[in-house]
Formats: sequence, structure tokens, C-alpha cells
Amino acid sequence: MAFITANWNPLGEAFYRKTELYEMCWNLRDGLRDCLVAAAPYGGPIALLREPVRRSPSSRPQLEIYSASGVAIASFPWKSGPVVQLGWTVSDELLCIQEDGSVLIYDLFGSFKRHFSMGQEVMQSQVLEAKVFHSPYGTGVAIVTASSRFTLATNIDDLKLRRLPEVPGNTWSAGEVCRGILMSNGPELYILDTTSCTAVVPPGLGPQAGSIVHMSVSFSYKYLALFTDTGHMWTGSSHLQDKMSEVDTKKTTPPKQMVWCRRPKSQQPSVVLMWDRLLMVAGVSHDTIQFPLEDPCVLIGELDGVRIISSANQELLQEVPLVCQEIFKIASMAPGALLLEAHREYQKSSQKADEYLREIKEQSMLGEAVRQCVEAAGHEYDSNTQKSLLRAASFGKCFLTDFSPEAFVSTCRELRVLNAVRERGVGLPLTHTQLVYRQFYPLAIEVCRYLKIPDYQGVSRVLKHWASCKVQQKDLSDEAIARAVCVKVGDSPGVSYSHIAAKAYECGRPELAIKLLDFEARSGEQVPLLLKMKRSQLALSKAVESGDTDLVYTVVTYLKSEMNRGDFFMTLRNQPVALSLYRQFCKLQEQETLKDLYNQDDDHQELANYYVTASYREKRLESRLSLLQTAVDEYNKAKNEFSAKATEEEMRLLRFQRKLDDEKGAGLLGLSLQATMEALLALGLHKQAEQLYRDFRVPDKRFWWLKLKSLAEKEEWEELEKFSKSKKSPIGYLAFVEVCMKSNNKPEAKKYVSKVTPEQRVKAHLAVGDLEGAADAAIERKSDSELAAVLARCPASDRQLLDRLNRAAAAAAKK
Amino acid sequence: MAHSARTDCPELPDFFLLKRLARDQLIYLLEQLPGKKDLFIEADLMSPLDRIANVSTLKQHEVDKLYKVEYKPIVSTSDQLCFLIRPRIQTVKWICDVANADKATGRFRRYKIIFTPQKFYACDAVLEEQGIIGDVTTDEWSFYLLPLDDDIISLELPEFFRDNFLAGDQRWVRTAGSALHLLHSLYGPFSKVYGIGRCSKMAYESWREQVEEGEQKARQAEIGKVFLIDRDVDFVTPLCSQVVYEGLVDDIFKIKCACVEFGPDVTSSDKSIKVMLNSQDRVFNEIRNEHFSNVFGFLSQKARNLQTSYDKRRGMDIKQMKTFVSEELKGLKQEHRLLSLHIGACESIMKKKTKQDFQELLKTEHSLLEGFEIRESISFIEEHINRQVSMIESLRLLCLLSITENGLLPKDYRSLKAQYLQSYGVDHLLTFANLRQLGLLVEQQPGETLTVMESKVGKLVNDRTGGKLSDAFSSLAKKSNFRALSRKLNLVPKSDEEYDLRVPRDMAYIFSGAYVPLSCKLIEQVLERDGWTGLEEVTRLLNGHEFAVTGSSGADSKAKNDAQRIILVMFLGGCTFSEISALRFLGRERGCKFIVVTTAITNSSRLIEALLDNLV
Repeated sequence: MAFITANWNPLGEAFYRKTELYEMCWNLRDGLRDCLVAAAPYGGPIALLREPVRRSPSSRPQLEIYSASGVAIASFPWKSGPVVQLGWTVSDELLCIQEDGSVLIYDLFGSFKRHFSMGQEVMQSQVLEAKVFHSPYGTGVAIVTASSRFTLATNIDDLKLRRLPEVPGNTWSAGEVCRGILMSNGPELYILDTTSCTAVVPPGLGPQAGSIVHMSVSFSYKYLALFTDTGHMWTGSSHLQDKMSEVDTKKTTPPKQMVWCRRPKSQQPSVVLMWDRLLMVAGVSHDTIQFPLEDPCVLIGELDGVRIISSANQELLQEVPLVCQEIFKIASMAPGALLLEAHREYQKSSQKADEYLREIKEQSMLGEAVRQCVEAAGHEYDSNTQKSLLRAASFGKCFLTDFSPEAFVSTCRELRVLNAVRERGVGLPLTHTQLVYRQFYPLAIEVCRYLKIPDYQGVSRVLKHWASCKVQQKDLSDEAIARAVCVKVGDSPGVSYSHIAAKAYECGRPELAIKLLDFEARSGEQVPLLLKMKRSQLALSKAVESGDTDLVYTVVTYLKSEMNRGDFFMTLRNQPVALSLYRQFCKLQEQETLKDLYNQDDDHQELANYYVTASYREKRLESRLSLLQTAVDEYNKAKNEFSAKATEEEMRLLRFQRKLDDEKGAGLLGLSLQATMEALLALGLHKQAEQLYRDFRVPDKRFWWLKLKSLAEKEEWEELEKFSKSKKSPIGYLAFVEVCMKSNNKPEAKKYVSKVTPEQRVKAHLAVGDLEGAADAAIERKSDSELAAVLARCPASDRQLLDRLNRAAAAAAKK
Repeated sequence: MAHSARTDCPELPDFFLLKRLARDQLIYLLEQLPGKKDLFIEADLMSPLDRIANVSTLKQHEVDKLYKVEYKPIVSTSDQLCFLIRPRIQTVKWICDVANADKATGRFRRYKIIFTPQKFYACDAVLEEQGIIGDVTTDEWSFYLLPLDDDIISLELPEFFRDNFLAGDQRWVRTAGSALHLLHSLYGPFSKVYGIGRCSKMAYESWREQVEEGEQKARQAEIGKVFLIDRDVDFVTPLCSQVVYEGLVDDIFKIKCACVEFGPDVTSSDKSIKVMLNSQDRVFNEIRNEHFSNVFGFLSQKARNLQTSYDKRRGMDIKQMKTFVSEELKGLKQEHRLLSLHIGACESIMKKKTKQDFQELLKTEHSLLEGFEIRESISFIEEHINRQVSMIESLRLLCLLSITENGLLPKDYRSLKAQYLQSYGVDHLLTFANLRQLGLLVEQQPGETLTVMESKVGKLVNDRTGGKLSDAFSSLAKKSNFRALSRKLNLVPKSDEEYDLRVPRDMAYIFSGAYVPLSCKLIEQVLERDGWTGLEEVTRLLNGHEFAVTGSSGADSKAKNDAQRIILVMFLGGCTFSEISALRFLGRERGCKFIVVTTAITNSSRLIEALLDNLV
């Protein structure tokens, strides 16, 4: 207990301590020399690849995966190309980046999952350096080739390669991923993003500092450290607005590794630098802490410290949390320290316990003391220290009446879990998800229940993961697995059967996948997998069933690229919803396909309509006519005589218009029949208009209206009269009266009044403003409504007429 | 007003929240592209956007210049372009052209596309095909609902109608479902949902799915009941000429986003004036639901009252004058301005609509609705076509004839069609094909005995999963059966009685007492019966797809709650102002309030124009 501060090292105002986490279980013959090593953050697994560079083609290097405590998880000979870099994704998958730019992905247990490439161009020039990084978007990969071209992929699960612009001078000395790529070339620093390469200057770093040879960003991407060839280390914020410190390390060789060591909320970030035989902690102050190193080590940046892995053991280097400082600092008078002391005395049955307690209580700091002890327990690794702190807290709590036990309870709970998983056999994972990925299912489920994590986030996720693994068990039959999964998973919220089915398919068990998909309630969820499994028909009907057109469309596009045309169309034919959707798309994007689609269906009606539409886009008359002719043929095939005839007539009309345009320059092409006749009449081409009237069997009424209006508009009154007498008007003569009146020609209008049928005569008289005549006609016809109409127009001054009308109205009413 | 209105109508919920949500989200999206940027806005989003965030708000969030999307090369000099568009392939293609043109000239810019209300997969497909998917970022602005007035909310998606009902493209169904979901989460839970029509049913299901996926919060409902209705359940109503003031203004001046532009003939000056038409306009609010024949009288009475108020000034002492100026004058002035505008509009309408032609047009419509003097109506339509009165109007009458008569006799069908083509060009063959597909203008099939079989086939076709039959069959199912429906629901009041339009006795007043709108009648009946029981024959005639679902939220205990008398009616495919007026009338009669949610405000010409296919 007394030695708790023995491994504390002061740096500025803070203390740093190096705690041993494990003696490694592994037995590495050659240590970590000549190895590619990658360890996942949050106490994640460690991957090792031996002799990556100089290897004879005959000997295959071994790729090994260990838990953080060094328990072997997987090991297999590396058969692929030379590897430049290893790295772990956020979901603990191993990335192996090869010289040729291809990236192979393995799971935690060393089974191959998939691969992708960082681009064609990389293949030739080879990857020089690579970095795996984590961001809110997921896990990213950045590489630089021998020709100094950088390529970036921010999320490997949604791969979009960004080839960054060329860098000035085509050389670089150090690089880091931070707001794009941060890269140095001698003393200059650049930010490289998708579009440009911008020079930036770290504040307070003069050119005399020398060339930047190493750089590092913190775990949170908030801070940046630069190391120059004169041995200076500059630290500051990563957006290069402020400088924090500059330390002279008095080392001129660049460090092998440089990692930020910072506790969240701590004001004193520092950087851990590693050379061959030396580990140095440098921070804001000018002092440094130096540790000699015996073995080659690897530094792993963590959220709150740095893990140091060597072949023999693993240590955690971290800033001593403030609360621990207060309690354990020598001669500390902090309430927590006093409480711890009080409890110690109490265990010894010494009355001093009471003195200490009184002292705390006098300052009314007992609550604070308990809080400190609880918090410090959470930060300690050694379970004995944890225990003594918690006991002290619980002891102190007895003297408090209204202290909320919540923090105490949850800390106990969490510590139990943490201790359980830190146990050597499990090996340090910190969160329950990481537990799950390591396939300690029962433990994980217990942990979830124990920590009272909502089912949705906790147990369900464990179950999902369990099921995903279950389906990979090759020794069980499809039936047995499907049943087992169904029994265990049931309707747990948040467990997606399609996800499990996808796993099954990945391991080559399509039948099982389909069985599992049947459990999936939401049809939309089934679609992507069905597509992947090439069950396209089923996928299409599921998509249609889901009612989500976007999904239908996704399937349709997929089918289009996967199937030959004939099959594609046949498939659509069975799905009217999908078909109409695709038609819509074709109308806007691919007119030709539309035609094929109708052809396939023998849909002559639509085909004909298609040709009609197409004809309007055609400028040349000949092509337009030929398209229309095709339309006519199709209409005939569709037994749509009406449309066929109408189209034929259109062709005839077009030819006629063309002829007249050529002869007279009439500008008729494209007009409707009516408009053509109008234009002809307006031009005085009566003969031609009559010809159309006969040829196209224009109804008499229409033609008469047309001619009447046109003659009146041109004020050809004599022509009009002649026309009116040419035969009995099919539109009657009231029309003549009205049209003349519209042209304000009363005398002409009056000429036709007498010809109007008796039924309309009143109206005709009224139209020309002849009240007397209207009255006569109305009285003669003894019609109520007509009399009323005349009366309404009759001025009050004309008493005589009024009387006559009223009398007649009365008489008509009697009847 | 003269209505015997019940005074216990509940208060409507406040829909301002919808605007605020939309605005906040838009601002958030704009800030995702930091720095100055030019904003390109799709033409038909301009007005809705203006209701949500005005230019100064946009400028505050570093929008530099605003442009309308015009499908032309752009002139912007900004390095960042943001596009606010509907998820239309044509627009996305244009953006691709813009980006590719920049690429060709070696110019670099950032592009961001904000799709509203959502993005479709097809848009991504186009971006990918054109090779710019890596160059643009896309986002969705889930701006589903635009409150146009206290009781009107629009999705502002006019293309919903054509896409869904003509092209059979159901992409918007989910949008409707999401809109309903939004309303439900803000103003629900709904205790009862009724609906009719295939699209309504799908929208309902889409909404249910979204409810099940999301969290459920128990809260006090502000909207109790919901009624979903497809436009194709009732085509007759939107095809009739509107004679209620608001509808008439829409027919003549075209109301856009609750805003109308009155031209010089109305304002009696040389300028046009844009006027917001909503309940804030006190004059308008009093006449919007009135039959046009009453409006002028009302306005002149109002003008006289106004004069009296002005006249009060005479004989006031200084103190009185002071209070008059500070309290009343501004209101009076405002009222004066509005009054003179509406009087101007009225005069302009009178000029156009009291003419002989219009009266005859109405007479024809009424005969069609009643089913009398059909031959005369046909000759009227024929003459209408021959004299080329109006391309749209003629089609409208043809459709009305076809629906009310359950299709045209083959002889009439051919001759009218031929004449129409002669008048307006043969390219309308395609328009006629569309109208036929929608069942708006069809030929009577010889042998009407098929009906039973057809409705069976129709059921099969409309079944969601069993869509194995070709589309051609589904048009068979679209028999209008108007005459039978009209008899069953008593849609056409007996014409021998005098109908006093000033004191309407039923919803028929919106069509001069000649016809109760089918859509509104259905709503009335279903609400009265609390379901479709007793309407089996009617739903059979309407080809089914009716549903009535009770919500899970223990509606019985709260049945007396005010919210139960707030009814949300969602029209899928658009509704007319006349229908809204009719529902307002119904609400006053029954002591409840209706909120109309529609994919867009429609009227006869918008309906027909959406179906034109003369692409010349």
C-alpha cells in the first residue's frame, strides 16, 4: 500500500506512472524485432507478422493474432504478397495492406473475409507507407506510393478512393492523417485534401527548428506533435492555431515511435517518444521523464494513456488521475486520503480512526471523501487497491445519512466486470461489445444483464453476434442451425434475421440463408441479401411486397445489369409495379429501351404511341412520315382502327401542308386540320380549304362555323351572303346574326334574322337590338321564358311595348 | 354569416410548428456546406420555400445568390453550388451537365444537392451513370408539409397525381405515408383512421410501418380522426366548374401556394398585385366559401359598412379622433384595400362568367350530373369542340360526359374524338390514350353483363401481391358507376325545388345546389356511421379498398375529447377549393373541424393538363 507512489514520476505538475498489465503469455522466440506489429485500441488484440521485408520466397512468414494478454487466438502462414502495414478496424478486423495496394481483411480469428484495392495506379508504383486510422466515419486507410502520391479512403466499408493532388517537389519526409493528410517536406508543412495542397505554418515553430521528420496526432485528433531533425518537439492544437510547448529532447535521431499520452479533461497532455533503448515522456514543461528500454517495444495510443508492449510484458503508461494523486500523494490531507487512513486504522481497531473521521467531518467533507475514494477505485488496476478504496468509501458512507449510493454501486459493478475481463484468459477488453467479438457469449450476456444495459443495445447484440457465428458452424445441418437460432433469438428486439442470413450466405450456405430470411418480418430487409444470392425473382417480389418503390427500383437496376435483356423483360412482365416504374425511368432516360420493352410484350398499342411521340421529335418531314407509318402499322396490329386512321390522316395532312408550303409558302406544316383550314381561309385559299373539307370529311357544322367566322373577320360580306345561300345552313342562321354582330355590322346581321328558325327568332331579334321584332316573335310563340327575356330587356319608358308583353305573358300564363 | 353554424366547433391545432421544423432543418443542411454558396432552386419549389425561409434568412446562412433552375448552362461564379430540388431525373441530369461542363473547363467547385422531401434511388443512379456521384454530396430535406392556411396543408406535389394514377408509379406513396407519420407524431395519436382507394391503403400501411419502427410517446392528441381518399375515387367533383368564390378565383386567376396575382384588370391600375389568400385576410375569409352569386352583394354591403366606419370621423373631438386613428384606422385602411381588390376580382369574374356561354356551360354540366338531355349536351360539347372554345375545357366536358354516362357510345366516342383531333391536332391521340387508361374518357363496352367478372378481375389486379395480370385489365375495373352512386348517396338533389344559395341546406350549394360532391359525401357518411357499415353497395361500386381502423390509444375513454372532433382529411392526388368549402360547411353543421391535407390543390384544368401528352 505504501508503495503505491513508488512508480510515480513527476513531469511538470502532473505525475506519470507505468503499471504492468500483464506478463505476456506468448513465447516469442525472436522478440518483437523485425516484426510488423499492430494492436487495436481499447485493449484490443495484437497482430504480428514476422520478417516482413527480407524474406526468402521459400519461407512463408507466420501471421499471428494474440489477445492483449498474449493468448494465441490464431496463427497461419502468410501466403499473399509482401505486407507494408497491419492495422485493426473499429470492429476488430485485421487489415493487411500489401505493397501492391491491395488490402486483405481478416476477422479476429484469422479467417479471411474480403479484400479491396487502393487503386490501379498504386499497383505499379508500390505502397511505401500506409496508415490505418479511425474516425467518426469508420476505419480509414491512407497510403503513399513510392512516387509520393497519396491516396485516402475514409471508410473502408463504403469504399471511396480519393487520390490526392501531387505534393510540391514530389517528396515528403513525414505524414499523418488529420484534416486530410498532414505532410512535411523539410521544414515546410502542408495540408493535403482532395483538391489542393496548402502550405501551413505551425505557430511558433521557426525555420531554425529544422526539418520535420516525425509527426503524430492525438487519439482525439485534437493535438499535433512535430519532431524536427534538431531534436525539437513542437506540440500544439491540430488546427494549427495555438502552440502548447516546444521541448528540446537533445536527440537528433528521429524517434521510432511518437504517441500522445493524454487523459481526457487533463490540462497536461504529453507525448511519449521511443528510441531503440529509451522511452521519453515530454510534456508542457521542459523536463522529461526517461525510461531505459531493454527490449524492442511497440507503443499503442489509448484514450487515456499509452500501452507499451514488449516481448515479455505489457505496461500502461498514463498520467496519474488527479483524484488518485490527491489520495495517494505522500502526506496528502485530502478528505479521501484521510478517509482511507481512517479506515485503515479502524481495521487495526485503533482509536485513531475516530480522529481522522472527526477531522473530515469537521470540514464537512465526508461526502467528498467518499466520492474521491469511489472515483479513485475506478482508476486503479490492482484489485487490492480497488478493494481498500471501496471499503474505505463504504466505511465513510455509514456516517452519512443522505448519500446517494448510485455511484458506489455502479462503480462496484463496473469494476467487477472490468476485473473479470482483465483476467488473463480473456485479456483486457474493456467494453462489452469487444467481449462479444471475442466470442465469450455467456460472459457477455451476463455482463449485459449485470450492467443493466437495455436489451436492445445489449443482449440483442450479443445474440445477433452469436447467431452469426452459429451459422458458420460447418458440422451442423441447415435445419438444426435454423431451429437453434430461431429458438434462442426469437423476437428479440433489434436482432435482424437478414443480418444473420447474410452471414450464413457469406459462409456459403445459401439454403440456410433463405431459411433464416423467412423469419425476417420486414420484407424490405430481405431484398439486399436475396440479390446478393442471385435470387433476383424472389428479391423483386419481396421488394414489390414491401411497397418501397426505391427498393423495387434498386432491384430493377440490379437485374438490368445482371440479366440478359430477354430475361430481364420477362421478369418485369410478371411484376406490373416494377414494370411501370421501369417504364417511367425509360421514358426519361432511355427511349430506345422503352421500344424494346413494348416489342417484347407485343404491346402494339403502346408501341404505336411511342412512334407517334417519336415523330414529334423528328424535324425532317420524311422521317416523321416514316415514323408515323410505323405507328399506323402498329395501330393496325393492335386493331385500333380509329387511331390508325387518324394517324394516316395526319400523314395525308402533313403531305398536303408540305405541298402548299412549297407552292404558296403558307407555313402550315404541323398545324391541326382546323388550324390549317383557318389559315387557308385567311389566306383566301378557299378552294384548298374546301378540298380539305371534302377529303377529311370535316363535319358540315365545323366547316360552316369556320368559314362564317373567317369571312366575317375579313369583312367579306358579299361572300358571306353567297355562302349562306349555298345551301341550308347546318348551324342555323342565328350563328350568322351573332357573328355579324360580333363584327359590329348590324345591317348585315339583320339580313339573317328572318332566316332564323322560329325557336331562335326571339334571340336573333334581341341580338340585333330589335325589341319590337323580338316582342312580336315572342308573343307569336306564346312562350313564357321568351316573353320574360324580352321584358327584361325592355326599357321602362316604352310603356306600350311593356303593356303588350305583359298582356301576352298573362295570357300565356293562363294556358 | 347566415349559416346556422354551431358554436361549439373545437379549435384547430397550430401548424406553425411544421414550418419551424422545416426551416430549422433547411438551415442545418445549408450549414453543412460552410462558406458562401449560390443556391439553385427548382422553379416549383420557389413559392413553398418562400413560405418557410425568406431570402434574408437564406442570406444569413451564407447563401450568396439565388437562382431558379432553368435547365440552361449556369452563370454563377461561386465555388460552391447548392441545389434545392425535387427528386426528378430531369433536374439531376441537368446538375450532371453543369458539373461535367465545369470539369471540361477545368473548373473546380463543390456541389451539394438537397432533395426534398426525399431522394430516390433513381437519382443516385443518374449521378452514377453520369460519373459525378463522387463529386457531389447529397442530402434530404424532409419538408413534407406546407401549411397553406389554418386548415389546409399541402404536400405541394402536383406530379403525385399523374405519377401515381396514370403511370402506376408508387414512389410517392411512401412520401404520403411519411407526411402522415409526421402529423401523427406531432398531433396524434389518431384514434380512428378511415380510408378508401388503393393508394390510400398503401399510404396507410406505409405510415403504420413507420410508426412501428419508431418510438411511441403517449401524448394528448390534437387530431382525433383521419380520412384518406384517393383522387380517382371521385373524378366528377374536380371536373365541375367551380362557383364558390375561392374555387372560382383559382379557376380564373390560378392560386399558387395560397397566393394569387391579380392583374391590371382587377387592380384597375397598370400594376399586378400579389395577394395572400388565407384566413388572415378578413374580407376574403368571409366570402371564400360563398356561392359566387352572393359575393357581390356581400361586398357592397361591406363597402357601405366601411364607409360608415370612416364617416364616424365626422363630429369627433380631438381625443376621439386620436383613438380612432391609433386603433381603428389602420384596420379600416387594410380592410379597404382588400375590399377594393376583391371587388375588382369580382367584377373581372362577372365579366367572364355571367356571359351567356358560361351559363350554358353550367347548364350542360348540370344536365350531365342529372343525366337529363344527354343528346343536347353532346351537341353542346360538339359545338364547343368545333368552335375551338378551349382545348382543356372541351376535354373536361368530354370526361364529365364519359364518367357520368359510364362511357360514351362507340359512335359518339369516335366522332367526338375525331372532331377533337381535327381541332387540336392528332398528337392528342396520346392524350386520349391517357384518359382512357385512367378511365376518364372511355368507350362503352358492348354487353354490360361482364360487370361481376370485371370487378372480380379488378380485385385480383388491385391485390398487392397478386399483380400477375397485365395493366390492361385494371382499366376495366375503373368503371365509374356514377349514376348508381348518385342514386345511392342522393348526390343530385331534386331539381324542382328552389335552392336558396344564401342559406345552403347541404353541401350541394358549392355547385349551385345541383350536386353534392361525392368525395365529401363519402366522408360525411363514413363519419356518421363510424365506418363503412351500411355502405357496402357504395364501396362495391367504387371498387373497394375501403378500410376503417381503430387506433391503439384507448379511444373510448377520451371519446368526448375535443380532438375527436378534429378530422384530418388527406386527399391523395389533389383536392379542389370547392371540396374544402364543402367540408368547412359540413364542419359547421356538425360542430367539428376539418383539416385538409392534399398532395396539391387541383382544379379541372390542372387535372386535365396533367394528363395531356402532346409533347410538341
